[in-house]
Amino acid sequence: MSWKQAFSSSVGKKIQMSLTGIFLILFLIVHCYINAQIWFGEDAFLTAAHFMGTNVIIRTIEIGLFAFLILHIVQGLSLWAKNSKRRNTRYAVKAGSQTSPWYRRSMGLLGTLILLFLIIHLSKFWGPNRFAQTFGSGELNLYELMKEEFQNMVIVVIYLLGCIALAWHLVHGVYSSMQTLGLTTHRYKTMIKNVGVAFSIIVTVIFALMPISFYMHWVN
Amino acid sequence: MEHYHMNLTLKVWKQKNKNEKGRFETYQVKNISSEMSFLEMFDVLNEQLVAENKEPIAFDHDCREGICGMCSMYINGRAHGPWHHTTTCQLHMREYKDGDTIVVEPWRANSFPVIKDLVVDRQAFDRIIQAGGYVSVNTGNAVDANAIPIEKHDADESFASAACIGCGACVAACPNASAMLFVSAKVSHLSLLPQGDPERKTRVMNMIHQMDKEGFGSCTNIGACEAECPKGISLENIARLNREYLGAMFEGGSQNAI
Repeated sequence: MSWKQAFSSSVGKKIQMSLTGIFLILFLIVHCYINAQIWFGEDAFLTAAHFMGTNVIIRTIEIGLFAFLILHIVQGLSLWAKNSKRRNTRYAVKAGSQTSPWYRRSMGLLGTLILLFLIIHLSKFWGPNRFAQTFGSGELNLYELMKEEFQNMVIVVIYLLGCIALAWHLVHGVYSSMQTLGLTTHRYKTMIKNVGVAFSIIVTVIFALMPISFYMHWVN
Repeated sequence: MEHYHMNLTLKVWKQKNKNEKGRFETYQVKNISSEMSFLEMFDVLNEQLVAENKEPIAFDHDCREGICGMCSMYINGRAHGPWHHTTTCQLHMREYKDGDTIVVEPWRANSFPVIKDLVVDRQAFDRIIQAGGYVSVNTGNAVDANAIPIEKHDADESFASAACIGCGACVAACPNASAMLFVSAKVSHLSLLPQGDPERKTRVMNMIHQMDKEGFGSCTNIGACEAECPKGISLENIARLNREYLGAMFEGGSQNAI
């Protein structure tokens, strides 16, 4: 059996989801750290943003990030579509939350919400900035851009909803990625679950505080 | 607990065969003892139907002591009913009160076609076992205890995995209709023992291949299977299967598989 076959079985596809998911989790940590510079002043943030936007290594990883993101989305949506066809006659009475928490059953939905958020998010910051870098007058001042965008209540609410979807997606995602790699042994599974929950809360709360900080003028 | 009697309304899935469309049929049962098992209640209903010259309800059962795994009923949204670590035959009527309505459905999964009413065809599981859930060499009679030293932890884990009775509740309960808990229990109980060790890499590959071929969904680590398993098979088995699979992928043991 070839590597291709090994990766294309149902378990193989889960391994793809897991590995790309873990890469996206690592990206979130970096993204969160860079953005948190807003609380240390405009200069600190802009230095970090400049590095992320221009460094050759980072820009190369950025290509990989998009590749993995697309793979994660395509594979996830295809798993969701296929799995929903495994039971043509539905149950009249469903177990619902009696046997599993809702977010574990809703990864496809949560992922789709995150994707919608991501399209808005990329079109507000990453897109215009890269466009200006390539065709315009150079890098944009992302700090000023954030300050401007996050005066709009609607945008802030969209960002908060995005953070909520991300939080629930991560609560299951962190644990699930470890389970798929077989790391959730009897000894470690509780720790992995707890670390996953803590990580999801910490990262998304930090992200959520960014638009709030601008909107409330905690940073200027 | 005090003994009491009850009258119940049952909504039971009736389906002639796998090709016909099924529907719910409503029945009334009277004077059911709280000490009856769920299947005994069905026996009473069937006797009543036979006496009325109606067709009885087809349902699977064999041992009626919770070890054979035949009694597949999806009761009010729960595989084997609401009790923890219990098969349908061990669910007792003291769970219900007079006047309750109970909805009974067969296991629903495309890989488990309905044979009749509540009876489903679970041969897909047999074919998964045939793909690798065995030890190829004859290992003879049960040997003396401790003739082959096996670590206590491994022996316990293997024994816990071997408790799987192949009832299919995991598939029935899984929103994806995935058979991963079943397959992982079978992979685990053999791979942990020296007799099963030589074939562990081809086993996991072949069994997963067959599982996919049978049209079961893929595991998304939801955990409804673990919650519903009458034998308490843990998700740790799925983690172990994933390790076995990764091991087979990386160590090239998969070459002679499939």
